[in-house]
Order: sequence, then C-alpha cells, then structure tokens
Amino acid sequence: MPIWLETAIRSICILIGLFVITRILGKKQLSKLSFFEYIVGVTVGDIAGTMSVDLGISLQEGITSILIWSLFPVAVARLSLRNKKFRDFVEGNSTVFIKNGKILEENLKREKYTVDELLEQLRKKDVFRVADVEFAVLEPNGDLNVLLKREKQPLTVGDVFPNPPREKEPQTVIMDGMILDEPLATMGLGRGWLKEQLDKQGVAVENVFLAQVDSYGQLTVDLYDDKIQVAEPQEKKLLLAAMKKVQADFELYALQTDSQEAKVLYEKQAAKMTELIQKVEPLLRN
Amino acid sequence: MTVASQVKQTLASLKGIHAGLQQLALASQDETAQRTFHEAMLSTEEIIAELKDRIGRLEFEEPQYHGK
Repeated sequence: MPIWLETAIRSICILIGLFVITRILGKKQLSKLSFFEYIVGVTVGDIAGTMSVDLGISLQEGITSILIWSLFPVAVARLSLRNKKFRDFVEGNSTVFIKNGKILEENLKREKYTVDELLEQLRKKDVFRVADVEFAVLEPNGDLNVLLKREKQPLTVGDVFPNPPREKEPQTVIMDGMILDEPLATMGLGRGWLKEQLDKQGVAVENVFLAQVDSYGQLTVDLYDDKIQVAEPQEKKLLLAAMKKVQADFELYALQTDSQEAKVLYEKQAAKMTELIQKVEPLLRN
Repeated sequence: MTVASQVKQTLASLKGIHAGLQQLALASQDETAQRTFHEAMLSTEEIIAELKDRIGRLEFEEPQYHGK
C-alpha cells in the first residue's frame, strides 16, 4: 500500500472517530470550558493529528491513548453530576471579589488578580465605577459576574408595569411557502384558520416566506416580494378603540338624558366600561 | 338620529367587543390572559343585558321610532 493511501485512510478514520467522540462529549464542553476540559480537548486533537501523519505510531497505541483521553472526562462528568464534593474538586469553586460593595483584597491575592485586571474585567461588563457594584464573583471558568446595586440596575418591564401581560413563544407556521402542521396544532389551530387569516391579509400561501403566530393568536407574515406592504394585525387595537368609544358613548348619554333613572344607569355602565378597559388594556396594547 | 337608534348603535359595538374578547379568550395561549379576556367578556354580557332593557324602555317611550 502506498504511504499516501495509508495516511489518507488513517486520517479519514480518525476524523470520523473524533466526530463521534465530540458527539459523546456533548454541548457542555462548548459553553463552559474548564481548564481541565480545555487541555483534554487540545491533547485529543494533538494525538489525532500526530496519529494521522506519523506512520511510525501503530494504530493500536494511538486509539488506546485517544480513548483514554476522551473517555476520562466523560467519566469525570458523570461522577461530578452525582457528587457535590467531587464536583467542587474537579471544577473548582467560585471566588467572591466584591461583597456588600467592598473589594475583598485577600481573595484577589489568592486568585493572583491585580486591581488592574479586576477593573478590566468590570469594564468588560460595562461597569466603570467600582462603587456601583454590590457583588462580584469570579467563576471557576474565569468569568467575572457582577451584580449591580439596585439603583444602578437597568430598568425592566416589571419595574414600570407591576403585572405585565405574559407572553409565550411565537410559533412559526409557514416556512418557504409550506404550512407546518405541527406548530399549528400546538397553538390549537388548523389549516382552515390559517387560510382564513391569510385571506384577511390578502396573501396566498405560496407567496409567504415566513409566518408566525404570537401567543394571542395574531398572524404576522413576511412575503417573498418585499415591495408589497402587509398590514400589521389591527384586531387588538381596534377592539381597544371600540371599547373606549362605547365608554365615551355612555358618558355622553348620561349627560344628555333627562330621566334621572337612565342617568344613573348610564353612569354605572360608563364606570363598568372604564374598569373593563383598565383590566384588558395591558393585554391589548401591543 | 334618535336617542334609541344611537343607543342601538352602542349596543351593536358592544356585541362586537363581546365577540372580539371571546375570540381572544379562545386564541390566547397564556392562562391568565385567557381568564382576563373571559371575565371581560362576561362583564360585557352584563352591560349588554342592561342596555337591552334600557332600549326596550326607550322604545316604549318613543313608540314612533320603534324598530328603527
């Protein structure tokens, strides 16, 4: 067998083998690489690379080595899932750098962090004033995570509206002009409903590149032809407007009528409508 | 336009609102939203009933406009 052919066969086999191994190792490796996992990754890659070009190494030796290097982290991961103490030993503990707004110099020294490095890490999190920080912790993977003081935290919807209407994830119901039945069924809707909605907006299924249904049953579409203007769903806004109109009507009748009894009735109804509007307005606004 | 026909128009809008709220109650995925829409729908039903009553009386008072 010519040498190039052997190299080629080896390389292809190792490539496939590595692919399988990375699948077994899973997604966790990608997101939070501990130092140990990082080294394992590099070493496995190195062994694989050497094995594919260096014909002096027998396949048996190489494969044994790769298997040990790749299966050991899997075993460690399994064990650390079960045992907290083992997990702390393998993955390390987090170190608190700032607590109650005060820098803990001892901990900085223990992690060999200079103040400059701490400031740099804080700036990465858009914090330029140490005084704004309530709590900061160095994670085992080297990230610094920061909790700002309450008054320095960004404004959230919950701060402005105490009980904001909840929203579920929208479902994609048309992709590339094809109706997806499964997401439609998840929303408790059918093809008939979808056709009806598309007719309302005046578009055909074939012209729709993407269509989504939000958690209030509103359909939004994107067409292939970007020159065509598609109307935004108006139903909720129109409903809110209609409710306000009826409320105003009642107030008007209450002013116009001569009968005392009717006046009381209309005023009561106007009050009821106001209450109703207040209740549903947050849900209808967006 | 007479008072009775004006009130009737309002009644029609209320019925439309009732239908809209019902549709939203059915289409919403979130349970809290469903309940809110449903409760709102029931309150509109109440108002509709009261208003119908009132229209009956208006027609009695203005028989010349009956049914318009």
